[in-house]
Amino acid sequence: MDLNQLWRIISTPDNVPIVLLMIVVPFYTWYGLSQAFANDRLVVQLEADPALAKTHHRKTQPWKPGWARDVHVWPYLLRIEFLAAIIVTLILMVWSITLNAPLEEPSNPTLTMNPAKAPWYFLGLQEMLVYFDPWIAGVVMPTLIILGLMVVPYIDENPLGNGYYTYKQRKFAIWTFIFGFIILWVSMIVIGTLIRGPGWMWFWPGTTWDHNRLEFTVNRDLPDVFGLKGRVAKIIFGAIVMGLYSVAGAIGIHKLLNLTPFARKIYKRMSLVQVVVMQVFLISMLALPLKMVARLVFRIKYVWVTPWFNV
Amino acid sequence: MPEKNGTDGPNGAAGNGSDSSSAGGNGAKKRVAVIVEGAKAVRTQATQEIKALKHPEKTDLWKSMLRVKHDETPRSRALGVLSNVFLHLHPAKINRDAVAYRYTWGMGGMTFYVYITLVFTGTLLMFYYHPSKIVAFRDILYLEHDVPFGKLLRNMHRWGAHLMVIMVELHMFRVFLTGSYKSPRQFNWVVGVILLVLTLLLSFTGYLLPDDQLGFWAVTVGTNMARATPLLGHDGPFGRQLGMTPFNDVRFGLLGGSIVDANALLRAYIWHCVAIPIIASTFMVVHFWRVRKDGGISGPAPVMLESEIKEPRKF
Repeated sequence: MDLNQLWRIISTPDNVPIVLLMIVVPFYTWYGLSQAFANDRLVVQLEADPALAKTHHRKTQPWKPGWARDVHVWPYLLRIEFLAAIIVTLILMVWSITLNAPLEEPSNPTLTMNPAKAPWYFLGLQEMLVYFDPWIAGVVMPTLIILGLMVVPYIDENPLGNGYYTYKQRKFAIWTFIFGFIILWVSMIVIGTLIRGPGWMWFWPGTTWDHNRLEFTVNRDLPDVFGLKGRVAKIIFGAIVMGLYSVAGAIGIHKLLNLTPFARKIYKRMSLVQVVVMQVFLISMLALPLKMVARLVFRIKYVWVTPWFNV
Repeated sequence: MPEKNGTDGPNGAAGNGSDSSSAGGNGAKKRVAVIVEGAKAVRTQATQEIKALKHPEKTDLWKSMLRVKHDETPRSRALGVLSNVFLHLHPAKINRDAVAYRYTWGMGGMTFYVYITLVFTGTLLMFYYHPSKIVAFRDILYLEHDVPFGKLLRNMHRWGAHLMVIMVELHMFRVFLTGSYKSPRQFNWVVGVILLVLTLLLSFTGYLLPDDQLGFWAVTVGTNMARATPLLGHDGPFGRQLGMTPFNDVRFGLLGGSIVDANALLRAYIWHCVAIPIIASTFMVVHFWRVRKDGGISGPAPVMLESEIKEPRKF
């Protein structure tokens, strides 16, 4: 256990945001979901008692008859904003006084940093470079992430859960976002920051970053595992595997969306375009963890080998 | 002021009148009496005016600056927000539960505040920085060691940028968990996604500016991905077939050259300090405008039950 190395990684000034992220993301996940569960309990209570549902104000916030529905922005909101501004300023000041922004040697194109890391918020993409070629990890995936986020409101046909925390009424949506945001985005950033060392090799936290370490791994392409030789055979094989994956993924997602009567009801509301768009983005998203497993566990480099591109 | 003119005028006129008519021995005495009387009048007026200062809100100066009365009436409170250029983004009244921190996490507002902080510290930093390969790194050293509070300034800008990225992500997380992107706020979510991308780009372009090893290699790694852009990069699928070389592809356009060098520094500087802030500010204006136009913040809304789902519109 090399605590010195661990401390050096954690206390690197530019890694402090990730340490912060590892604290605030679980906290706010709990903070949001606890309110979601509270609202879910209220929903159960109201569904059991239709008379109560008609009279209840339907929030977990306290309410008494006779209370004004609205409050003045001045002072009830502005004082909070003012206070928030002061607190943020304080945090930023204290942070800036206690910790210096990093400044390395002057830039030198002849001296490569090892490891050369992107800013922390792009480390997820850099980590993806292990599993995909740069055109997928650096261009296609970011584009899909941005577009995928943009289409979210247009494919989510569930009218429930508009403006309040809930888990029960939006299980699929919540799980999808938590999977994409926490399991993929945040945890890949954490891997890129805390675990990847010199040569972008995997160093468990607490092990020493050995700059002379060599990794003897043989990564094979999937067609080679099956003993395919010809170029055309490989192209066809890859296309078939990709096609099979897409079909299996689509069927799996379709099954998932038909799991409960409620899910089926929401699924039925979706138009064909919405279903297709959702499937395309979900299948692309699921490809990432699958490729990670294939690469890390089964040592597979490419699935689809062609003379023009490799997947 | 009008009152003062009112009292001064007649006095002065009377004095002048007596001056011209009488020329006898009593003239001097009379003149003294007039002056004393005049002085007394000025004194009473001064005391009156000083007393009036206890209510500065009644002066013309005050009224001209604030335009509306600020007293303890609900109308004044509402006008205080609505008629103020900095506060008019707010409605006059909001739902009593909408101020709950538990619901909003305050992340959107705090992101905007951190952005303002960054514009402020960034503008100050620009006074000490030349986007030129020869002096950029030395400017940072100068800033850190010689400029008063230069180190604090740079630290605040750096950590503020990181804080902003974290806050934007948490804001998005909250908006998703509360389903706030649903009708009628769908488009504002799209604007928000654009703002997320712009935030990341702002942070990334700023990374190169100190011109140190960290920024240089981070930007090298980042822009190397652009060379693999399908069709538009010389290493990307079908790039070569379309005639892409290191000197005409999309990466060349980003860097102003085939390597991260002086042109890349200048381009990063201009994107970071001028172009992206203007674009981001524009989208922010739209984002905030839409928050208001879409009916304020989304909740906390009353929970809806499954039995209350309306049938979707049929085409």
